[in-house]
Formats: sequence, structure tokens, C-alpha cells
Amino acid sequence: MAEAVIQTEKLTRKFGSFTAVDEISFSVASGEIFGFLGANGAGKTTAMKMLTGLLAPTSGEATVAGFDVYRETESIRRNIGYMSQRFSLYDDLTPRENIRFFGGIYGLGSSELREKGERLLDSLDLQESADTRLAALPLGWKQKLAFSVALLHEPKLIFLDEPTGGVDPVTRRRFWDMIYDATDRGVTVFVTTHYMDEAEYCDRVSIMVDGRIAALDTPAMLKKQFAAETMNEVFIQLARPAKRGEG
Amino acid sequence: MKRFIAFVRKEFYHIVRDRRTAAILFGMPILQLLLFGYAIRNEVSEVRTGILDMSHDTVTEAITDKLFSSGTFIFAGNLQSEKEIAPAFAAGRMNEVVVFEPDFAGRLQKDGVARMQVVTDGSDPNVSRIVTGYTQAVVSDYLAEQADGSARQVGVEAVPLMMFNPSLKSVYLFVPGLMAMILMLVSALMTSISITREKESGTMELLLVSSLRPVQIIVGKVVPYLLLSFVNVVTVVSLAYFVFGVPCRGNVALLFAESLLFIMTALSLGIMISTITNSQQVAMMVSLAGLLLPTVLLSGFIFPIHSMAWPLQVISNIIPARWYLVIVRGIMLKGAGIAVLWKETLTLLVMTVLFMAASVRKFSERLQ
Ligand SMILES: Nc1ncnc2c1ncn2[C@@H]1O[C@H](COP(=O)(O)OP(=O)(O)OP(=O)(O)O)[C@@H](O)[C@H]1O
Ligand SMILES: [Mg+2]
Repeated sequence: MAEAVIQTEKLTRKFGSFTAVDEISFSVASGEIFGFLGANGAGKTTAMKMLTGLLAPTSGEATVAGFDVYRETESIRRNIGYMSQRFSLYDDLTPRENIRFFGGIYGLGSSELREKGERLLDSLDLQESADTRLAALPLGWKQKLAFSVALLHEPKLIFLDEPTGGVDPVTRRRFWDMIYDATDRGVTVFVTTHYMDEAEYCDRVSIMVDGRIAALDTPAMLKKQFAAETMNEVFIQLARPAKRGEG
Repeated sequence: MKRFIAFVRKEFYHIVRDRRTAAILFGMPILQLLLFGYAIRNEVSEVRTGILDMSHDTVTEAITDKLFSSGTFIFAGNLQSEKEIAPAFAAGRMNEVVVFEPDFAGRLQKDGVARMQVVTDGSDPNVSRIVTGYTQAVVSDYLAEQADGSARQVGVEAVPLMMFNPSLKSVYLFVPGLMAMILMLVSALMTSISITREKESGTMELLLVSSLRPVQIIVGKVVPYLLLSFVNVVTVVSLAYFVFGVPCRGNVALLFAESLLFIMTALSLGIMISTITNSQQVAMMVSLAGLLLPTVLLSGFIFPIHSMAWPLQVISNIIPARWYLVIVRGIMLKGAGIAVLWKETLTLLVMTVLFMAASVRKFSERLQ
């Protein structure tokens, strides 16, 4: 296996007496697409926030891109991209302004930024809407833009928290084409999703239940292990005993 | 630096794009000043006149009649002595008192000259001048009518006297209060809303994940509103000067510097609010109820501090606007300098440093 880009050891986060993430241990290899599954409230976002340095862990160990999540959050941030669960670019800014802003705060030079921005607008087919406020664009486009913006500073590793929530399967498929393009360039992808068809696109998948990792393997191995036809069946078998979530 | 410029540019986009924000930021100060300024002027231009007649003869009574039949002057009572003038002004019962000297008709007859005094509430000199002029016009009118019959030229010397109005009804006293209110509103409310908006929309997470430090985010948020608030100070001061004739008797640079200090106080309060809530709605409520209301009610803007119940007087000490108000009134109306105002300035400075330190710490802490 290639070198580990993410490595956690009994990583835990409590909110008061409630343990949102309970001693999770796993590693993600360089260049991998790592699917992070779990029902609502399983603790996916909380785990991701600890790995991106947004939330301090309660206990346990973790390194991201070789840096410690307790002490070296600044170095981590320089090396990762992040797309948060709520779609989040500035709705009152145009795509071009969003690109310029996020490129700017990552310290990209203005000529580099202009060139990259134009290329990005071309590849997203957004040139026509480049000066329209984001609020007027369809969600699918915004998500693709947010993804590209998160990659502007060319991070080695990108965290995607339910990047395709709320859009149709065709748009989702196109989004995953972009993810594959990124991995072709050597980017490691850590992605959470609720869609089981998307789980099939991942190299490896972990399934979280009530803050713990209940299973972790390639989709093929997981299906074999649980004697299931689809990832959906695997997920249902694992998630049924869950105490949190919609139930 | 490049990142910082990117950040500030983005903030300006937000401000300009959001019509409601832009309207509050630029329209409100001007609108409020004009509205209140004119409302107060109208109140004064209704001339409530008191008469202090130390002669009580046919001439003084004729002049008095003439005055009140003109329609501009409203009879507000007879006074018995000069001592009653100031309290009448203070209570806002009168804004003009006409004083006739003893033996008015006799002197007019004997010397050809009699003296009357037109005392006006000088809190607005423009209005005072108009009132005085109008009174004199009525008197000369009367004299001209009388002169028709006799060959002898007589004159009345109307001596104008302006008296300062200690009741709070004046544009002069209003402008400093308005400045405090606008700065509190623009700086504290707007920053707290703009920060909580980023929390609501999730963009704050993106900012925090980028390698921007919390302090850099705060500075990026603060600078645009600092600039805008400063523009507002300049607008209000010039508008007050050119439209209402409110002078700045002291050093203008000092006035602006003190205003910057107060803006910083308000900004740090705004950041503080945004650290205790994640919702724009709550931030707005807290800013309005927790900051704006005390600024209006407890700073001495509307109600004089010395007339408050003592618990409120004590509370007023922690209202930054109270100190700012003393400073602005001192500089604009009394021409005071830093030598007089250093205590208030120091108080504000200490408050600002404390609030700023606390809010930056809380803002960074939130991450943990
Ligand atoms: N700041 C917080 N304070 C208290 N509890 C929290 C906090 N953040 C998350 N939780 C709780 O931790 C649990 C895990 O939340 P988390 O957001 O990580 O779940 P998730 O797997 O991302 O769910 P979803 O699929 O709905 O996004 C939930 O029960 C949630 O209520
Ligand atoms: Mg989540």
C-alpha cells in the first residue's frame, strides 16, 4: 500500500457526555478515493472537522498529510482542500469573484489566478454565467464550482462532505467525473455521501454507525463479506442496529 | 497583504450587493440627521414667547398685542423677573422672552428712545436670529404706524440676547447623540451580522480551513466597516455644519480620532456578539436590544444622566456611548481639547482594548 495520507488512532470527539466520534482508527492511502459512509448523525462531519483542523479532538491520535491534528493545524490547512456539507461559496458574488476571492486568500498571485480562473470557467462551461450572481445558478453547477475552488491551491488531499447532496443522478455522475480527474492528478479524496451508488465509485469504503467504524474495505469485499448484491444492502445490514439518525 | 486585499474587496461586494445593508449604511445617517434636525428646527420655529413687562404702560401693551396678533408668536405667559427666564427655557416652555424696561412709554416720550430686550434660546443661533429679527420687524412696524400721526421721530432699541438652552431639545446636542447611535448601529450591528451570516452560510468554515488565521479574518471584517463608519462620521459632521450650522468649535482632527476610537469599541462589541451566536437573527436582536437601546436611553443622549435613578446612573458608566457623548459634546460645542477629555478618552480606550481582546480570544477559542 502507498504511504498513508491520513492516519488516525482511536480518534474521539465528545460533546459534553455525548460521544459523537468514538475511537475511530483507519488510514487513507495516497491517491485513494476513500468513502466515508454513515447514517444521519453517525459522526461523519464531526470526524471530518477534526481532520481538517476545524475541531479539536477530545482524545486519540491523527495525522493528516503528515501533520498532527493537535499541533500542526496550520500546516494541515495549507495542504488540504475542503468542501463543507452545506454548499458554501458566496451566493451574492459571481463565479469569477468567488474564484478570485478564494484564490486570493490562498495567496495565489494575480496572474496565476487569472489564468487558472479562466481555465476553470472554461472547463466548467461557466463562461457565460461567469458574471452572474451565484444565487441564480443551479445547485449542480455551484457544487462543481465549489469543488474546483477547493482545488485551486492544488492540495494533495481534498475533503468532500456530502458534495452531491440534493442533485439528480446525472449531475452527480458528472461530479464524480471531476473527482476522477482530480485523482488522476494524484489528489487523494476523502468523501462522505448518503448515496450508495456513489459508494461503489470509491476505492475503499468505511461505514460508520453511532460514532464507530462498523466496517471498512473495498466495495467488492464488503459485498462479499455481507453476502449482498449492492452496497445499499450492506449499508442496511450494518445501519439497522443504529441508535441515532432518523429512527 | 494580497490575501487581505482579496478579503476586504469581498466584504465590499457584500455590502454593495445587499441593498438593505447599503441602505442602512449610507442612507440612515443622512436620513436621521435631516429628519430629526428638521423636526427640532420646526419645534423652535414655533415661537413661544413670554413677556416680562416692567413698565405696563399703553405702549408696551400695544407692542405686545401687535406681537401676538401677527400669528408667528404664541403667548407663553407673563414673567415677573429676569430670574424666571432661564428655567422657562430649560423646561422648554418658552424660546423667546421680550423684556420691556421700566417706564418704557415715559422714556420713549422724554428721550425718544426706549429699550426692550429680546432674549432667545440660543441653542440654535439661526433660529434665534430669525426670531429676533422678526420681533424687531414687528416693533418697527408699530413705531412706523405711530410716527404717521406725529412729527417726532422715536426709536426703540431692541437688544438681542441669546441664552443657552440646557434642555436637550437642540440640534446641537442631538448631533453627538446621533453620531454615537449611528456608529453603534453601523459598526456593531453590521459586523455581527456579517460574521454570523458567514457562519450560517457555512463559508466561515471555508475561511477557517483556508490558512487565514482567526485574527486575519477579524481584521478583514473590521476594516471595511471601520472605513464606512468613518465616512459616516464625516458625513454627519459636515451635514450638521452645512445644513444646521452646528459648529465644531474644537479640533476636527481630534473629533475624528475620538470617533475612530469609538468605532473600534463598537466593532469589538460586534465581534463579541458574533462569537456568542451563530444566527443573524439573534445577532441582530442582541445588537439592537443590548447595544442600541442603552446607547439611546442610558448614554445621556435623550435623558440627562443626572436625572436618572441611581442604579441607571451606575449602569450608564459601562455604556461606551456615554463617554463618547461627553467627548463629542466637549469638542464640538465647547471647543474642549484632549487636556479636558483625557479621562473619557482613557475610559473608552480601556473598554475597547478589553472588548477587543475578549472577542478575539473568544473567536479563536470557538475552533477548539
Ligand atoms: N457542536 C456540537 N455540539 C453537540 N453535539 C453535536 C455537535 N456537532 C455535532 N453534534 C452531534 O454529533 C452527532 C454527529 O454529528 P455529525 O454532524 O458528525 O453527523 P453526520 O454523520 O455528519 O450526519 P449527517 O449525515 O446528518 O451530516 C450528531 O448526533 C450531532 O447532533
Ligand atoms: Mg454531516
